[in-house]
Amino acid sequence: MPTLDQVPIGCKGIISSIKGEDATAQRLMEMGVIEGEPFELVASAPMGDPLEIKVQGYRLSIRKSEAALVFVQVS
Amino acid sequence: MHEITAPLKSFRIALLGNPNTGKTTLFNVLTGLNHRVGNYPGVTVEIKKGSFVHQSNAIEILDIPGTYSLAPRSPDELLSVELVLGLNPLEKVPDALLVIADASNLERNLYLATQAFETGLPVILALSMVDLATASGVKIDFKALSEKLGIPVIAIHASKRKGLDELKNAIVSLQTEKRMPPVPVFSQDVISNRAKILGLLGDKGSLFLAGRLLFETDGFLAQQLERKLSLSLTPAILESREALKSLGINLVSIEAKSRYAWIREMVQPCVSKPESKVTGFTDRVDRILTHKVFGMFFFFLIMFSMFTGLFVLAKPLMEWIGEAKNLVGQGLESVLPDGMLRSLLVDGLLEGVGGVVVFLPQIVILFGFLSVLEDCGYMARAAFLMDRVMAKCGLSGKSFIPLLSSVACAVPGVLATRVIEDKRDRLATILVAPLMSCSARLPVYVLFIGAFLTEGYGWWFPGLVLFLMYGIGFVTAPLAAMLFKSTILKGKGAPFLMELPVYKTPSFSVVFARIYEASFSFLKRAGTLIAATMVLIWAVLYFPYVSSTGENYPERIAATENKEQQDALLLEWKKNSYLGRAGRSIEPMVKPLGWDWRIGVATLASFPAREVVVGTLSIVFGLGKDAQDEQQLLEILQKARWNDDPDQPLLFNVPSALSLMVFFALCCQCGSTLMVIRQETGTWFWPAFTFIYMTGLAYIAALLTFQVGMLFL
Ligand SMILES: Nc1nc2c(ncn2[C@@H]2O[C@H](COP(=O)(O)OP(=O)(O)O)[C@@H](O)[C@H]2O)c(=O)[nH]1
Ligand SMILES: [Mg+2]
Repeated sequence: MPTLDQVPIGCKGIISSIKGEDATAQRLMEMGVIEGEPFELVASAPMGDPLEIKVQGYRLSIRKSEAALVFVQVS
Repeated sequence: MHEITAPLKSFRIALLGNPNTGKTTLFNVLTGLNHRVGNYPGVTVEIKKGSFVHQSNAIEILDIPGTYSLAPRSPDELLSVELVLGLNPLEKVPDALLVIADASNLERNLYLATQAFETGLPVILALSMVDLATASGVKIDFKALSEKLGIPVIAIHASKRKGLDELKNAIVSLQTEKRMPPVPVFSQDVISNRAKILGLLGDKGSLFLAGRLLFETDGFLAQQLERKLSLSLTPAILESREALKSLGINLVSIEAKSRYAWIREMVQPCVSKPESKVTGFTDRVDRILTHKVFGMFFFFLIMFSMFTGLFVLAKPLMEWIGEAKNLVGQGLESVLPDGMLRSLLVDGLLEGVGGVVVFLPQIVILFGFLSVLEDCGYMARAAFLMDRVMAKCGLSGKSFIPLLSSVACAVPGVLATRVIEDKRDRLATILVAPLMSCSARLPVYVLFIGAFLTEGYGWWFPGLVLFLMYGIGFVTAPLAAMLFKSTILKGKGAPFLMELPVYKTPSFSVVFARIYEASFSFLKRAGTLIAATMVLIWAVLYFPYVSSTGENYPERIAATENKEQQDALLLEWKKNSYLGRAGRSIEPMVKPLGWDWRIGVATLASFPAREVVVGTLSIVFGLGKDAQDEQQLLEILQKARWNDDPDQPLLFNVPSALSLMVFFALCCQCGSTLMVIRQETGTWFWPAFTFIYMTGLAYIAALLTFQVGMLFL
């Protein structure tokens, strides 16, 4: 299963799980990045990092290092 | 019978909300100017307290910093939780919570509300940005939502004063009728284990706190509470966690999942969203502004305009302030008799006050630009574009603009770090901001490049040297940040997750309030310290004014008409002053940099502000207080010999001129910056640290410059 940093720009799908048990994973989930949520990878910054995604109806900037913790299912 | 009027007991509410939901706007509209900043030791967040009266009920509001969740992972975040729960000894527990949520993004905003619902306090839900939600086709049935949640739900538009009376009425009626919020649903196993922990917490407990202890895997909160309430919690928490794990419950995700599921259940019947999403305004604008090529182009264009604006607009204002200062000085000189009082007022106090006020144009203009960029939503994009670069030195995109602003002046630059949420990132940015070459270094560069690095070189050479001087800051600041972030400020910070808000028209009142707040806090807190430093430096340059042989310098200067004699006496006096003596005694230390005592004194005297060095050089090279024109000073510097002895070699050559410039590029001879660092960090430690590390760095770099330079000569 790919992680959020591996899918192409413009890709839509469903978040399937978040790796890790630490505060980072918890922060991600508080911001609405939780399993079962639809997402869209909107853009990436000029040097490829960070990424801009849409979740829960808002835009979130997320670094690739954190995006690598988010497993997604591409639709 | 006479009734004794009881002291007005006010109803206390705490204001909670995600960042950018209109919390500050609501707070300001409710309280007017009737608020102050609370002081809590050990934290850097500003927490405002305000009050208002509605139908003869006194209401007090505590403004909690904007946050997405009440899960404390740092002392600053812990303070917010303590204030909400009444665990802070300095504040009583609030009587109710007012949660403000952005209606255009209701689900995520309600996450915080579900936490507020578990505190055991009555909650009022205020929905802002209803206009934006409506515009994008979202319809919310407020009445249905209020019934479903069992609490007041009120649509507001604070800046248009809509819904405020309804909100105030709801607050007032809470005093008589407490409508308790619903409790978000968790699975039965979570509930029973949470109840066990709740039992241990005693009268300080709440469902929220017990739940936090259960879900928080890093143990920060448990440690803090055990210490503050002297309880033993950890064994019971670990036991409950084990029990839940063995039931196959994922403790990391259960909280967020349960809350969002519950929110959906509450919200779905009351909110209708448009079927197909049309591409919004923000999407279209973002396609350009975060584009790999056009996005960067616009970014640099905006930064360039900001800087040009800053220099072009601030310069005349600063000159007017300088002229006004001179006029007042001349006025004072004409009415006051010659003597110490006059010198104290004109050379000490007036310089001090002038030295504070002169920063205002830059602060006002920079904060004008920054607030507009922030309020229209561009600031987050700028941080998004610059994050990769800044991540290389351990910072985030949010540090870019404060550092860039420091090229104009570190004082507003340090103030601009307020946008950085991560405490370590913010501190690292503050510590390195003064390394950026600010405009106060320019007079020093111009003087010395003009005197020693222009004649006999190509036309392009002075510009190149100036460019390299600025380059020193651009290179050292990121390196220093990297060093601090991997040593003293090491630690795993919060992940850099940043909301990119929708674009909108900036609000004049928000922009004005930010400018006002930045200028006012600077004047009030740093301003007094800056003025005091200036007066102190005046004193050590004034005293003693009688030489060991009994010569009274000020009297002798007043008695003679001859300008040359006056200048010579002034030099003699300053040489004999406490600062002059200190300068002479450090000569062995500055000699390896290629400097004699005069440059040592000028450097010491420039502690309040670098640009003072030009004036002091003029005194110690015998030109009197104000060299008539810079050309004259320049010639004197070119001809100056070691210790003014005609048999000695020339004082300045290329290596020693460069060493002086390098020293001024890296040192922290800027009392104002240090006082602002003190204001923003709340301790004397960080300004002292900044001064020491920068002076050390400047000394070593100047030493290397001179010594290596001499090898080539
Ligand atoms: N359209 C709209 N804008 C609002 C509303 N409430 C606040 N704003 C704007 O939202 C921006 C952020 O407000 P601010 O009070 O600084 O938010 P805070 O970060 O929560 O303190 C400002 O430009 C406000 O004028 C509202 O109900 N509707
Ligand atoms: Mg605010």
